[in-house]
Amino acid sequence: MSIPGTGAPAPVPVTPDAPQQLTESRAGGAGGGSMWWRHALGILALVWALFPIMFLLSAALNPSGQLNSSSLFPTDFSMANFQSLSQDPGRPYWTWYKNSLVICLSGALLSMFIASLAAYAFSRLRFAGRRPGLLALLLLQLFPAVLALVAMYITFSRIGDVLPAFGLNTTMGLILAYMGGAMGSNVWLLKGYFDTIPKEMDEAAIVDGASHARIFFTMTLRLVGPILVTVFMLGFVGLFSEFMLASVFLTDVDQQTLGVGLWGLSRGIDANQRFGFFAAGSLLCSLPVMILYLAFQKQLVGGLTQGSVK
Amino acid sequence: MNKSIYVALKWVLIVVALVFVFWLAAQLAMQGAWLAVTLTAFVGLCILLIYSTKRAVPMKYLFPGILALLGLQIWPMLLTISIAFTNYGNGHLGTQEEARNQIVANSVQEVPGSPRYKASVAVKSGQPKATGPLKLLLTSPEGKTYVGDPKEGLSELPEGDVTKSTIGKITAAKGYDVLNAREINARGKDLGELAVPTDDGGGIKMVGLSEAFVGKATVTYDAAKDTLYSEVTKKTYAPKNAFYTATDGSGDTFSQGWRENVGLANFKTIFTDPTFRSGFFKIFVWNVVFALGTVLLTFILGMLIALLFNHPRLKGKGIYRSLLILPYAIPAFVTALLWKGMFNQDYGLINQTLHLGTDWLGNPWAAKAAVLITNLWLGFPYMFLVCTGALQSIPGDVQEAARIDGANAMQTLRKITMPLLLVAVGPLLIASYGFNFNNFSLIYLLTEGGPFTGGNATIGDTDLLITLAYRLAFSGANPSYGLASAVSIVIFALVAIMSLPGFRATKALEEIN
Repeated sequence: MSIPGTGAPAPVPVTPDAPQQLTESRAGGAGGGSMWWRHALGILALVWALFPIMFLLSAALNPSGQLNSSSLFPTDFSMANFQSLSQDPGRPYWTWYKNSLVICLSGALLSMFIASLAAYAFSRLRFAGRRPGLLALLLLQLFPAVLALVAMYITFSRIGDVLPAFGLNTTMGLILAYMGGAMGSNVWLLKGYFDTIPKEMDEAAIVDGASHARIFFTMTLRLVGPILVTVFMLGFVGLFSEFMLASVFLTDVDQQTLGVGLWGLSRGIDANQRFGFFAAGSLLCSLPVMILYLAFQKQLVGGLTQGSVK
Repeated sequence: MNKSIYVALKWVLIVVALVFVFWLAAQLAMQGAWLAVTLTAFVGLCILLIYSTKRAVPMKYLFPGILALLGLQIWPMLLTISIAFTNYGNGHLGTQEEARNQIVANSVQEVPGSPRYKASVAVKSGQPKATGPLKLLLTSPEGKTYVGDPKEGLSELPEGDVTKSTIGKITAAKGYDVLNAREINARGKDLGELAVPTDDGGGIKMVGLSEAFVGKATVTYDAAKDTLYSEVTKKTYAPKNAFYTATDGSGDTFSQGWRENVGLANFKTIFTDPTFRSGFFKIFVWNVVFALGTVLLTFILGMLIALLFNHPRLKGKGIYRSLLILPYAIPAFVTALLWKGMFNQDYGLINQTLHLGTDWLGNPWAAKAAVLITNLWLGFPYMFLVCTGALQSIPGDVQEAARIDGANAMQTLRKITMPLLLVAVGPLLIASYGFNFNNFSLIYLLTEGGPFTGGNATIGDTDLLITLAYRLAFSGANPSYGLASAVSIVIFALVAIMSLPGFRATKALEEIN
């Protein structure tokens, strides 16, 4: 639950070559005379897509660090805003960064693990309740996770009374809360991919005397590597952007994630004076996700088109 | 030999899990949460049964997922439903007995000459000092140390767990975080209402920053009639609407209420309360417009750009695509906050560049436009990507056949390409609608549901149902979990009704193998 990237199911079975649909198409050939208007409109689209990013960059480099002196193009070049990130104990940017990374990495890894265990059972094993189980998973997605926020808050406040390490305002508590999304549409995505791996391989391994655990951990998990990467990425990016649960759970400034911290920054009366801090911080926290996107474009696009939206 | 290592590893993991479960059950038992102890023990038993034997192989793989599903998805869902029928919220957090003890303890007045305790204020370790439930750490005149809880009363603190100052005040205690003077001041209001009940019907209250007195209650409880009598006001109070209310008709109540079942009252409020009735409809309409508008705008723009670049002889497509997905790659909270800065009326980039004076986030219509523009920027790359994928999977010979049959470019687009494209991306459009219907973070980070015009502080002009529910539960003047849960259930009903036709049409339901 509450992983925005996996909020809605559009369960289309994935095939291993799905991402390749998006590879560069067909023959090159010389650019004809009719191409110039496509480029002109294309550049217009780029201007629309990039001007806010340009503004963010320019504001981050703006030495005065205020909103009113920030412009679309940098007029001056200064690292003052980046240095200010580590100077204000009331706004511990690098602590937020660390919290975000810890929560998103462990949350994405754990939910990927839980989901692939379940997907393996649904794809490879036959048992009573298999079909209803798959259907139930799909139907449960009808209830948007965000709606249970109040209940989650109350539940974790109670957990905190008994186990303070897993209560509200803790990293572990938030990671645990995010596990509710582990069994979402990811199971369908994974199962679809697991199905494409020939069963004969399992059977051969069984004949060779391998146990089910050995088959799963040493063979199947390796064969489904690409989809694991996709699911991990989707989970990471989704958790990185998650704001609602984090904002309710994390009240101490030292426990907050980047989203909650930067939001707090934008609410104060001095928000406009701190725009440079915000811009520098935003730029640095967008970079890892942008790099992930560009590096894993094909896997992500393949995964995105198979069933989740932002 | 290799195999025995794995078997050993398996047993180590089982034992670790069981030790954790046992420790958890012990913790719960100390708190007296017997239902939770039973559940925990049951989970422990399941772990043992499933993983120690060779049977139930599918369960070995499904168990972690089922646990996550039951505990973190089904349970919150059921809890939401049960809360929706209660008045749970600010002033109605505990049971009636707890509220009564609170009232009695709160009414204590110092008896001249009675002993004073040395006291410090603390929260349980791990709880936030700014909002966590407060406890008093007390040192009696004889030097014994206690922890006082407004609900549970006094319990002894072992001598070895505390550090005391020279005057006997506790400065640190195991399991508690002591508040400093500044933090105590910030909690002044909560502290004023904090009283620890004692066994003889009195209570302990703080005076100043480091002392507490034991006093005699001025309010007495009549268990036979379930009424309270106050010696100060000389009135009798009986339970009414989850408050002890004066029986003389003056309407006086004690501020401590309790949690009770209120039936359909929350739903009635949503549909009949004057503010809500008109507001709820207004929000619902905007909610649909927002979700539909977002899907349409992002789809049209994304599709146009995809068609633009869907030409075999166009060069540099890879670079265009990499740059165009950047808005999608930026975390959504950065996008919302960045545009919030750009929409600033006085200093924002938009007004500065276009020489406008529009109050983007303060004018109801401008704010709606601002929200849609931001979401268009955020969402069009996704549509561009999925349309590109869908366009490339349309076989070229279909379009070629149309051309041979004499169709011009426009006709091919309208009659051949578009229908095939819509078939491919249709489910994704529905999913996108469903997601945006509850797109909390965009709205909340950009406008917080505002602007709030016409003196209406409950219903904002860009509010979605989900931001309304959030505000009702967490940030209003009078947070009400019950009402917020009721709103959540109404949202769920609306979403379910809207998505059922699409759900039934989903092929996947028939294709499970």
